[in-house]
Amino acid sequence: MSKEIVAKTKIKMSTGDKVLEIICYVIFAIAAFLCIYPFYYVIINTFSANDVSARGDVLFWPVGFHVHNYTSAFRIDGLPWAFFISLSRTVLGTACTVIASAWLGFMFTQQKMFLRKFWYRLVVATMYFNAGIIPWYLVMKQMGLTNNFMGYIWPAVVSPFNLILTKTFVESVPKELQEAAEIDGAGIFTIFFRVIAPVIKPIMATVAIFSAVGQWNAFQDTLLLVTDQKLYPLQFVLYQYLNQASSLASLAQSNTSTSSLAAAAATTQTTTSVRMTITVIVVIPIMLVYPIFQKYFVKGIMIGAVKG
Amino acid sequence: MSSTKHFWESKKFWYSIYLFALIVPFLVLVFLFSYYPLYGWRYAFYDYKPPKTLDQCAYVGFKWFKSLVDSPVKIGQIVQVLKNTFAMSGLTLGTSWLPMIFAVFLNEIRGVKFRKFVQTATTLPNFVSWVMVYSIAFCIFNSTGAANTFLMKIGVLEEPILFLQSSEHVWFTQWLWLTWKNLGWAAIMYIAAISSIDDEMIQAAKVDGASRMQVIWHITIPSLLPTYFVLLVINVANFLNNGMEQYYVFSNPFNKEFIQVLDLYVFNLMSSGGYPVSVAVSMLKSLVSLVLLIIVNGASKKIRGESIL
Repeated sequence: MSKEIVAKTKIKMSTGDKVLEIICYVIFAIAAFLCIYPFYYVIINTFSANDVSARGDVLFWPVGFHVHNYTSAFRIDGLPWAFFISLSRTVLGTACTVIASAWLGFMFTQQKMFLRKFWYRLVVATMYFNAGIIPWYLVMKQMGLTNNFMGYIWPAVVSPFNLILTKTFVESVPKELQEAAEIDGAGIFTIFFRVIAPVIKPIMATVAIFSAVGQWNAFQDTLLLVTDQKLYPLQFVLYQYLNQASSLASLAQSNTSTSSLAAAAATTQTTTSVRMTITVIVVIPIMLVYPIFQKYFVKGIMIGAVKG
Repeated sequence: MSSTKHFWESKKFWYSIYLFALIVPFLVLVFLFSYYPLYGWRYAFYDYKPPKTLDQCAYVGFKWFKSLVDSPVKIGQIVQVLKNTFAMSGLTLGTSWLPMIFAVFLNEIRGVKFRKFVQTATTLPNFVSWVMVYSIAFCIFNSTGAANTFLMKIGVLEEPILFLQSSEHVWFTQWLWLTWKNLGWAAIMYIAAISSIDDEMIQAAKVDGASRMQVIWHITIPSLLPTYFVLLVINVANFLNNGMEQYYVFSNPFNKEFIQVLDLYVFNLMSSGGYPVSVAVSMLKSLVSLVLLIIVNGASKKIRGESIL
């Protein structure tokens, strides 16, 4: 019976409630537009005739569609290599973080460990302080991690935030699973690989996404640690290009063998077109991965919120 | 599975050590990258110049700390940096209720697809780096970007404005970028909290004739306040830690004066070669942050009977 009443009250909305709902729709449509349009704007401009784009006339859809910007972007010196560096650090860094978080998250649930709580707090406490960039830089230098690819990887291996996520998740796994395996005589490694690892896959996915996005987006470590251009990731190369006034367009132009002048103007790289193209190249992986894995993000932040 | 056990697996004490030994490599990493750098704070007390090693440099006590405030010019500079830090963090703190309101009203939309779409769209900016945000900002706000073209077409502007090269409203525009990037993401936590509110309570209120605003005001918001409070406390503890990336990528000679927050100041001191001063500033910053954290944690314990740490 109560359901009927509820159904009726839902149908009967007062005018005030209707107005409220309409206002909500309008405001959130604007908010969504403000978040999406900038990305859309940059993307359509990279596919538009560069002379039209340079006048700022591409606002809603591509004008004079062409993909020349992309074919020439990968002829820019160092750009494919920077892409490779970004990809490598993302893959390797993510793998390390996921394995370390899963292992530590599991180990810190082992009641029998010597001083378990103390070590756990010691790791988690690092979220709350920071020695500062110079002491950190000097330590990295001392260990030979400046101008070294591994400088991107080692500091990221143990991440307290991801550790909290996995430990919380492992704690939610029924203890009987491990106890049963112990009775069967399984050692700690067997328990981890055969019993725990298969059931904590969802949280490992969450950690992988957080970590991959972090690695792909990382910028500050390059700024502090790396002067060797061979180790610049995409983010850093893009930042440099943003700050170079011109000279950039000429880099990309090398192979334009178009016959008519008008066509040349449409496909000739300008500083802006190169900037936009690189921006899209850097953003696209995130935009592709993001909607697929959104549920993992949400799960991650929820566990983090409960514990954090 | 084998039933024979090694001695470290059969003796209780040795087993506990064995388990510990298995995480030692990771503890070493934590020590190296997080604790060992703290030892570097000693550089703040030496007359350190990079090519030399520390033992070749003279111990100068608190010289560098005093040097921060030993002339009117330097006092002016540090006051400006503190003003910027306080303004940016203050704006963030003052609007920390925005994600909650965002979630509350998003929840009022009954079209599930539209709601999911808005959520996906508004959380996207959180996942691009600050370099990306700057790059996109640059594309839209440069002289031939969408903003200028649009404003000139509808006749608001005669001449293009270089928005990013402006020294006006720097605090506000930086807050806008931060909000653009974070708002949707920050709202997720509240959205999840709303979904855990007892539905019967809301339906009962509706049956009693409560309007939607009344439900929001008397049921939804009160049940979100605990979450809000925890996040607020964390925000206060991070008052001095704005991070440098956002301000670094957006800074240019025109807005430099107003964009330089403490974290960026530390970096700029470093780039100009003032290693010891830079360490001194970041050391003071860390200590103040620690005190803030202890104070807000204590306050949280007293008021809510719950520690946030």
